[in-house]
Amino acid sequence: MLGEGIVKGMVETARNFFGSYVSKDRLTTVQFPEERLPSIEATRDFPFLVYDGEDWQAGMRCVACQICEKECPPKCIYIEKSKDKKADAVGKPQFYPAVFNIDVSVCMSCQICVEVCPFEAIKMDNEFELSTDDRFEGLLWDKARLSKPNAHYQNIHPTDAAASDAILAEEKAKAEAKTKAAADPKSNATLASALQTASSTQ
Amino acid sequence: MDLEKIKSDIEEAVLDCRLQIVVNPSPSAQHSLVVAREHAAAVARYLRDDAELRLDYCSNVSGVDWLDTETSEKVKTKKLVDGVEQEVEEVRKTRTPGYLEAVYHLYSMEKKHGPLVLRQRTENRGDGVTVASLTPVWRSAEFQEREIFDLYGIVFEGHPDLRRILMWDGFEDHPMRKDYVEPNDYEYEPTPHDAVIAKAAQARETERR
Amino acid sequence: MMEAAIEELTVRDAAGKGEDALLELSLGPHHPSTHGVFRMDVVLDGERVMRLKPVFGYLHRNHEKIAEGASYLASMPYTDRLDYIGSLTNNWAYALAVEKLAGIEVPERAEYIRVITAELTRLQNHASTIGFLTQEMGASGSPLMYSFREREKILDLFEALTGSRMMCNYMRFGGCRVDLPVGWMDQARKVVAEFPRFLDEFERLLTGNEILLARTQGVGVLSGELAIQGGVTGPILRASGVNYDIRKVDRYGIYERFDFKVPLGEHGDVYDRYMVRVLEMRESLKILNQALRDIPAGPIMDAKTKIRGFRPKAGEAYGRIESAKGELGFFLISDGTGNPYRYRVRPPSLINLTVLEDMCIGSSVADTIVTFGTIDIVLGEVDR
Repeated sequence: MLGEGIVKGMVETARNFFGSYVSKDRLTTVQFPEERLPSIEATRDFPFLVYDGEDWQAGMRCVACQICEKECPPKCIYIEKSKDKKADAVGKPQFYPAVFNIDVSVCMSCQICVEVCPFEAIKMDNEFELSTDDRFEGLLWDKARLSKPNAHYQNIHPTDAAASDAILAEEKAKAEAKTKAAADPKSNATLASALQTASSTQ
Repeated sequence: MDLEKIKSDIEEAVLDCRLQIVVNPSPSAQHSLVVAREHAAAVARYLRDDAELRLDYCSNVSGVDWLDTETSEKVKTKKLVDGVEQEVEEVRKTRTPGYLEAVYHLYSMEKKHGPLVLRQRTENRGDGVTVASLTPVWRSAEFQEREIFDLYGIVFEGHPDLRRILMWDGFEDHPMRKDYVEPNDYEYEPTPHDAVIAKAAQARETERR
Repeated sequence: MMEAAIEELTVRDAAGKGEDALLELSLGPHHPSTHGVFRMDVVLDGERVMRLKPVFGYLHRNHEKIAEGASYLASMPYTDRLDYIGSLTNNWAYALAVEKLAGIEVPERAEYIRVITAELTRLQNHASTIGFLTQEMGASGSPLMYSFREREKILDLFEALTGSRMMCNYMRFGGCRVDLPVGWMDQARKVVAEFPRFLDEFERLLTGNEILLARTQGVGVLSGELAIQGGVTGPILRASGVNYDIRKVDRYGIYERFDFKVPLGEHGDVYDRYMVRVLEMRESLKILNQALRDIPAGPIMDAKTKIRGFRPKAGEAYGRIESAKGELGFFLISDGTGNPYRYRVRPPSLINLTVLEDMCIGSSVADTIVTFGTIDIVLGEVDR
């Protein structure tokens, strides 16, 4: 019969149309932005710098090793090392970034900076609603804008954050064991000061 | 695919043709044959039509730019120094001229074997940049040879329609060459990253002058 | 025969009309049906195409030269942006070429993950291509939305695994970046189990449809010999009757473990290309079922390969895979440093365009658009 193919097609369309009133998986459109889909855990958007504790400047994990700057494919990270040192996440005195800029208009969210960072200092955020009307300064983020607490990281990527915390705890334990072993044969005063430095960075 | 055997077969079949084998040191072991431009089309036709090889599918045509290289080596020679013949160490510099190259990867859809890598080299990087086009033998080389002409500057003799393909028609110079200098079209960009800082300093210099 | 095809076609048509009766038109580059910024300079006699010259380069981003200045790892995110619909297959092709260059072995679990992601990519690519084809025939996007409904499920899988829906940056030299997260296998099995129902629905909607049959059968015919001459690969080649699927020929990865057929067409017209894609989707489902059943536990990354400071020894290699569009190959020349000396992408879409003129001569403009749609080009790949 001529037109049979078209009729069969129309039957399919009708099945989908009337079926959308009855079954949920035929009604696939989500009315964004009133309705939102649950965010997927592994999603990555733009980087952010992780800090431990309350003070973002003292707790910043980044030691300005500049590995992420070198590996970044579009070269959107710009780092300037500081002159003095501060304690890093495991307690060792290290340099820190005096300037840490990311140009998010260039960043392509490839996540290579996260992969090569040896200090668990830079991670991927999940915010994408970032439009601004300032094309230049609004999209050049400095370290204040980039720093977010570890609690935020644990909130958005629980599995990765747990793994990251485990790595840092292990490194910290190793560092403390080293300081204890170094301070053992020496006097009590040295031991007390070593313990104080270890506990003050927690 | 035994390259030695293929080389001797081709040299028998095509008159006056001498090929050269380039050994590939990587674990992929994809060695190649260099063919001169006078015999390239005949060799290509042989490779396509030979009953055993039947290389009817030209998969990839790439251009490569090899710059002039300078190697220096220390050589001991006898020289007259203050009237006394002595052995003196001299630094001898040898300059190997560079060339452009078109690399063809050939496969066989009929026999399902491959790849056979064929190379054509130009005389130099200046005015002797003509090689034979293999488009009359394998049509798939048509756009790819145009791209090599566009980006490297190799002129393919015998190509039916040799003009620029990716760059616009009035473009000058050949962008993929190793010594290509991009035009100074600096635009203000307030984000400091790597080469942009250098460019900004240079643009400020030229502006001031 | 082939020489005649590339000869200059005379501009006079059979009726002997003069040159001013013919219309020179530029289809594109701003055109909704050209799959991106692509231009076709056509010479028309009324509605018949007399000559067609494709013009592209509007999306040329200089990928190959950037790769010469960047490290091997830094080029990996850029390969996502070649065929932006199939970023995971692009990653695999590049990783394969580098592994051939440096002689790196890939662990078994990583190979299974690569096959699973590649076949999922093929599924969503073919579904979108057919959807866009019907859009070019005037179906206003409704079969496209059926495809996209399934594609969304696959993209959710990609996001859960790699972090991004399209720009995945997932393969590394020697394996994959991260392991499958908890629950991913079940989600993937669910998607693969529901896909045949979508395919059946899609076929009921389209395959017997008289309008589709009238517009695609006998249109854009490509013979097998011309396809081989022109270096055409992928579903177009197989629709013209040539049995050449790189998964079966090169047996790269672990494809020889899977039992799947290669669908072939007879006439080489648009309808055959559509059917070949539908059948290839069914074969991909077979492969996926087998892979999801057999995937072993184990490491996903070769322990000896470095992420930073990767320096393969000098030499060259050409590695190729069967991407959804055809043969995607990477030709790499290394000079022993951390940056490649020459980095070349062999784009299937560009080579498949070689025969566009031959397929479209003598057909109407509407048929040209439909024929062009079945070549399934992506400008990111054509222009790099």
